[in-house]
Amino acid sequence: MSRKNVHLKVDEFKGNIGLIKNLEISIGKIIEEKWEEPMGPTPFPSLTTLRDWDFKLLQRFKPFYLPFCDVCCLCTFGKCDLTGNKRGACGLNMSAQQSRIVLLACCIGAATHIGHARHLVEHLIEEFGRRHPVDVGGVNVEVEAPVTRLVCGIKPETLGDLEAALDYCENQLTHLLSITHTGQEGSNLDFESKVFHAGMIDQVGMEIADLAQISAYGFPKANPEAPLVELGFGAIDIQKPVILCIGHNVPPAIGIVDYLTENGLQGEVEVCGLCCTAHDITRYNPKAKIVGPISWQLRFVRSGVPDVVIVDEQCIRTDILIEAQKVKAPFIATSEKNCQGLEDRTHDSPDKIVEDLVTGKVPGVLILDPEKAGEVAVRVAIEVMPRRGKFKVIPNVENVIEEAKRCRQCDKCRRACPNDLPIPEAMKAAVEGNLEKLNELYDACIGCARCEHACPENIPVHNFIVKAAEKKMKAETFKVRAGRGPIQDVEIRNVGGPIVLGEIPGVVAFVGCANYPKGGKEIAEMVMEFAKRRFIVVTSGCAAMSAGMYKNEEGKTPYEIYSGDFDAGGILNVGSCVSNPHIAGAAIKIASIFAKRKLRANYEEIADYVLNRVGAVGVAWGAMSQKAASIASGFWRLGVPVIVGPHGIKYRRMLLGRADKQEDWYVYDARTGEKVYVGPTPEHLFYAAETKEEAMVMIAKLCMRPNDTTKGRAIKLTHYIDLHKRLYGIMPEDIHLFVRTIADVPVTMKDEIIKILEKKDWKETVIPDPTLLPRLIRKKKE
Amino acid sequence: MAVEPWQTAEIPGPKKALVITKPEVVVAMMKRAQRPVLIVGHKAVEIELGNKKVVDYMIELAEKAKIPIVATAHMINEFLKRNYKPAGFMPAVDIGNRLTDPEWNGLDGKGPYDMALFVGLPYYMEWTILSGLKHFAQNLKTITLDNVYHPNASWSFPNISIKDWIENLKVIIEKIEGGA
Ligand code: SF4
Ligand code: SF4
Ligand code: SF4
Repeated sequence: MSRKNVHLKVDEFKGNIGLIKNLEISIGKIIEEKWEEPMGPTPFPSLTTLRDWDFKLLQRFKPFYLPFCDVCCLCTFGKCDLTGNKRGACGLNMSAQQSRIVLLACCIGAATHIGHARHLVEHLIEEFGRRHPVDVGGVNVEVEAPVTRLVCGIKPETLGDLEAALDYCENQLTHLLSITHTGQEGSNLDFESKVFHAGMIDQVGMEIADLAQISAYGFPKANPEAPLVELGFGAIDIQKPVILCIGHNVPPAIGIVDYLTENGLQGEVEVCGLCCTAHDITRYNPKAKIVGPISWQLRFVRSGVPDVVIVDEQCIRTDILIEAQKVKAPFIATSEKNCQGLEDRTHDSPDKIVEDLVTGKVPGVLILDPEKAGEVAVRVAIEVMPRRGKFKVIPNVENVIEEAKRCRQCDKCRRACPNDLPIPEAMKAAVEGNLEKLNELYDACIGCARCEHACPENIPVHNFIVKAAEKKMKAETFKVRAGRGPIQDVEIRNVGGPIVLGEIPGVVAFVGCANYPKGGKEIAEMVMEFAKRRFIVVTSGCAAMSAGMYKNEEGKTPYEIYSGDFDAGGILNVGSCVSNPHIAGAAIKIASIFAKRKLRANYEEIADYVLNRVGAVGVAWGAMSQKAASIASGFWRLGVPVIVGPHGIKYRRMLLGRADKQEDWYVYDARTGEKVYVGPTPEHLFYAAETKEEAMVMIAKLCMRPNDTTKGRAIKLTHYIDLHKRLYGIMPEDIHLFVRTIADVPVTMKDEIIKILEKKDWKETVIPDPTLLPRLIRKKKE
Repeated sequence: MAVEPWQTAEIPGPKKALVITKPEVVVAMMKRAQRPVLIVGHKAVEIELGNKKVVDYMIELAEKAKIPIVATAHMINEFLKRNYKPAGFMPAVDIGNRLTDPEWNGLDGKGPYDMALFVGLPYYMEWTILSGLKHFAQNLKTITLDNVYHPNASWSFPNISIKDWIENLKVIIEKIEGGA
């Protein structure tokens, strides 16, 4: 494929960090300069351009390594025992090795999104042309690509323009991956800086993917009233042929919807999805349905409901072909990245492929043409449904009781279960005809089937759980708002002030996968709690689905109870994994649109703004994937703290502040150049909470920022104290660290708090115009 | 006796916890420690030991041994409901992190701890935090009072039944009388 080379030339640029002469950047292709904003200091940053900023963050939020493995086996010198920070044969010590693994994970995550974006952009250019405009909200979204503008310094206007940013991402990614080779970086902090870099370019890659698909497919464009779509196992009409799409890259699913429309078959076939592809089909066609998060894969397929299983890429069970075969459901793979050993039938006639799949001549096919895959999926589903009769592998109750008798109470299932579920006890009860204990396991079961593989008696444990919980599962009928895409500029103008002053207590984003410790219900509970408290609640990915899986007494789900506005008390689903940059983008737009900070290639200043002023927190309660790691790291560099659930500790590195070290919490007052103590705001950058209660208290706390006005701080403190008292049964013991002047103290608790302040020897300080960047000081101290 | 981690795949090593074969070992080590601390996670209120919970045993132990407790997650609430005020409370990752800092002088500011006892964190969380301490807090001895083998501790019980767990805790509490 031909791509011209980009050339960005700036003869002389005088910026805050000095004079840049003859800056030339050649990546990808020429972008016509139509953007009036002058170029900022760091267009297309290289591996080390933002290293100073990273080190400022890492100075405060020091890595705490939690090795998940004591050895390194990445080269043939190994295995090397790194116990106790020993060095391996190449000289690397344990801290560096851990940060190296984090970098590797983030490279995998970023590569996955960037590769996804590349495939999507190539496909859409083929279909819609290079000149197809990037339009994600018309006049409502004039800053259409905040992350790309900020990082790259370009303003993409057409699908073709997006390629330049992708070229840059791929280039950086290659360098980043190379750093994990034996005998490169030796310092853990430099590895960490590169982790941030990977996260930042990941945000660019994701943004491009979502801009491209919103623009080309006409997904909701920054629409707070995006349609409510059906969600849940019970929402799927099993009287119809059912096509199940799993994965993240939506073109094949679009192929299905288009084929149905073109052939007048809408309403005849049920199209549903799992994971992000599900979000993206409903953004294309709100009649499509979402079964649920990724952990519903096995239970749904095994229940026999889908007549065809079609997969694209990412987070798909790699044994899903085998599972589809068990229920006699034809299988279609559609991605070069996930071929499943199947024969490539891309160039065969649809008639022939349909025949082979319907008659069961082949269990599955690979079709690398989304339109053809769409046609085949529909025709096969219609023809195969009567033949397979929704054949399922979930046993009946008698079978469960009978088979449970084989259980020898060996505990192997439980010891394989990531959530340590008491399966043997449930088996014992089942033998006595009581399936209630199996039913109880359903909510916290993430559907991994490790229990089954561990069982020496080959008992299909997961199937038993699904059977026992059948009623509850079939009653899963909820609503989720289809992914709305970006936040409008006018929404930012309206809430920018209240957020930066602290009067809207925070923006909380629930994102990521479904590796929950105690079920997805916890997400819905947290979402409801913070919406009720009038935080702005944003959701995406599998978490957006879990957030919808709750009903109040009137049968209403969170998305029906609360509005989809980016405003206090709103719950807004931005969309799939690749929609996450709209959340980062909102923070960036607050700095640029509301505070009028220069956006173009001005990463450090904007991140400094976000860290010190925008009370935003990400929560990835069930973070599982490498993508989730890179998504989180993109938020870290931008100054947005991220909380993960307890399983997130297996990312093996936290970035923790030390509230007890006063010296860590000084900023410059940009007005005077004085150094001012601002308390641990925010206290951590990356942090795994043990329980939902702990996460909730921490969310409220991490929303505090040095810039909060006294009124804003009082509001934030009220939420923090209130949640702390309710969930911990006691006043927080660190209030004095967050009170700068008496006016910060919530009036209703004044007496109580002042007593605490006195006991803690508290001293009043000033509220600065906070920054970590000396160059932003307006009046230098003599 | 083959000692295996509770979660089958959480393979540790080369350095693995020494196995506590009888509860008296814990008593002896606690008595030897200058500055021990006991970290109690939220599962201590979920796990029933006969008619009591793990947390109830921990309160008894802390009172008898005069050893400070750090409650993680929302456990502080559970202690307070039982009229016991722990020496401190903070997230599990925070106490883990502080314990790797040789300059951290403990909750009372009187000097670094030389022994940390753990109980009641989710297995994989305790596993990883103990790993962090094994690698980066080498002057600290760690002991787990759970009934599952924690290879990253300095000392751990093997995987034992609830019944044996109760027995062990009773012996420890009885023999620690007089303070650690
Ligand atoms: S990369 Fe280094 S630490 Fe790892 S196995 Fe090779 S020599 Fe050992
Ligand atoms: S399928 Fe469910 S019960 Fe089985 S190991 Fe996985 S989480 Fe545990
Ligand atoms: S692994 Fe199988 S036999 Fe062993 S306790 Fe679990 S269900 Fe029973």
